[in-house]
Amino acid sequence: MKRRISEYIFIGLTTAATVIVAGCLIAILAAVAIKGLPALKWSMITQSPTGGYYLGGGGGIANAIVGSLYLGLGATALALVISLPTCLYLRVYLKKGRCASWIRLSLDVLWGVPSIVFGAFGFTIMVLLGLRASLLAGIITVALFELPIMIRAMDEVLTMVPSELEEAAYALGATRFETGARVVLRQALPGLVTGILLAFGRGIGDAASVLFTAGFTDNIPCSLLEPAATLPLAIFFHLGTPFEEVHQRAYASALILTILVLLASTLARVFATRFSKHTWR
Amino acid sequence: MYMTAGKRRIKDIIAGRAMLVTTAFSTGLVFAIAMGLYLRARPLLASQPLFGLFFGETWLPSEGQFGLKPFIVGTVWVTAIAIIIALPLCLLTAVFLAEYAPQRVRSIVKPLIDLLAGIPSVVYGVWGILVVVPFIADRLGPFAVANLKSVPYLSTEYSAGFSVLAGGVVLAIMVFPVIISVSEEVLRAVPAEQREAALALGATKFETIRKVVIRKALPGLLAAVVLGVSRALGETMAVLMVAGNVPMAPKSVFDACYPLPALIANNYGEVMSIPMYDSALLGSALILLIFVLFFNIAARTVFGRMLREHIQ
Repeated sequence: MKRRISEYIFIGLTTAATVIVAGCLIAILAAVAIKGLPALKWSMITQSPTGGYYLGGGGGIANAIVGSLYLGLGATALALVISLPTCLYLRVYLKKGRCASWIRLSLDVLWGVPSIVFGAFGFTIMVLLGLRASLLAGIITVALFELPIMIRAMDEVLTMVPSELEEAAYALGATRFETGARVVLRQALPGLVTGILLAFGRGIGDAASVLFTAGFTDNIPCSLLEPAATLPLAIFFHLGTPFEEVHQRAYASALILTILVLLASTLARVFATRFSKHTWR
Repeated sequence: MYMTAGKRRIKDIIAGRAMLVTTAFSTGLVFAIAMGLYLRARPLLASQPLFGLFFGETWLPSEGQFGLKPFIVGTVWVTAIAIIIALPLCLLTAVFLAEYAPQRVRSIVKPLIDLLAGIPSVVYGVWGILVVVPFIADRLGPFAVANLKSVPYLSTEYSAGFSVLAGGVVLAIMVFPVIISVSEEVLRAVPAEQREAALALGATKFETIRKVVIRKALPGLLAAVVLGVSRALGETMAVLMVAGNVPMAPKSVFDACYPLPALIANNYGEVMSIPMYDSALLGSALILLIFVLFFNIAARTVFGRMLREHIQ
């Protein structure tokens, strides 16, 4: 009887913990939506800040939305150029050897490096290259930050591609590169898209890495060498002002950022399920 | 597209080399980061003993005093609070998901937790300012002032809400996804035969979990927690927004604190005017990186045998 009771208590505890954890997510989304929705106006999305904006004057955060999209797209493209060959090399050339497991360990460790450290390192590179805080410097830093996220996600997907497919290609006389590029990558395509979207979502939401590198401006950048505003920093700076109206805009901006990021991760999930339909484990 | 065998072979070799280069780049990046920070921090490390940097109490950059102790202590406090809150919740949730939850519930809850991992840290910070900070300032703070006078670490005279506790709560939620997803995988990796053996001996499910599954999964669970710690150590923006940023070692969870990442983020703009300042901040980034790498590598090698076999 006593054992029965402890069983029920334990089930109760684990269920309660799960409800609390899931509740936190809902609480966060609800708080951002409740505070953000009333402050969200069309002009927030379509206009850049005008004079006196940070004192409560007119305008919006179009500069930060466009800046974040430029930065996210540029960084994701750059990260893709490096991660795709890396994953392919791990999967097709190194396979499961000792070398591959060391490389994976170092990538996992890189994944754990805090974004503020990427920011500081990006700033160091920026100084080294003689750049000022600019869209380009931000793109480079965020690309480095996204790199381990993208590689990990893609690597996982590529290891799930059945090796029989690869062997069939070799048997037909294909080289390793041809097999990798035309068979393995094609088979894993939806899964790769998942990796790209995940990295994009993380990159666009990160503030610490762009804090010193991308700068901040009220204008939409026209070239890679101009500074660019980003949504996370816009939220941070809005909250730094003493005016309630400006705080309202921070909440609205937080809502916009959350929607963008959730959109990316939902799309990522859609592609991930499509991928799992195509492979068998 | 027809190519001669020679051309195809050359293409294969060139592509292989190019891929080797990107792989070497990605693999070497973590060393490059450590090296870059070290080189920039060296002027300060050369002029001041490491001991003074670590345990120095005063942070007065304009007078060349760079004592990091308040910030290191702040980081430790916030991380500790976060893990104390997150640990029981995460382990219980992981057990629920791995052992009790029906497939249907799992397939709803797991994506929710993944979603939690995707929320930007600034949004966590906004939530902290909107919900956690006012709750501490209006409810918990006054309660502690009235009732917890003699309890160490919980006593306070007044709390503005921006505190170790606020930082800890927000951080705890941010490390939920890391700890839960890793521990759940670890629990599920325990062979079903061992569970069945215990159940066949007449153990209840709870007894089986406590005496067989958890015991078997312990190294992996430890790895999960250590990974959570390393994630919490480096988290910047959310903590920066709610921890209060007073450069003094906190004495109670209701005191403000100033963790290392927040120090770096807050001061980088003004480094150029003061000598050694830039060196000191990159030195703090290096210290942070060393902490994080230590925990991360420990999680993946020492405790991580099980983790590596079953997850990576």
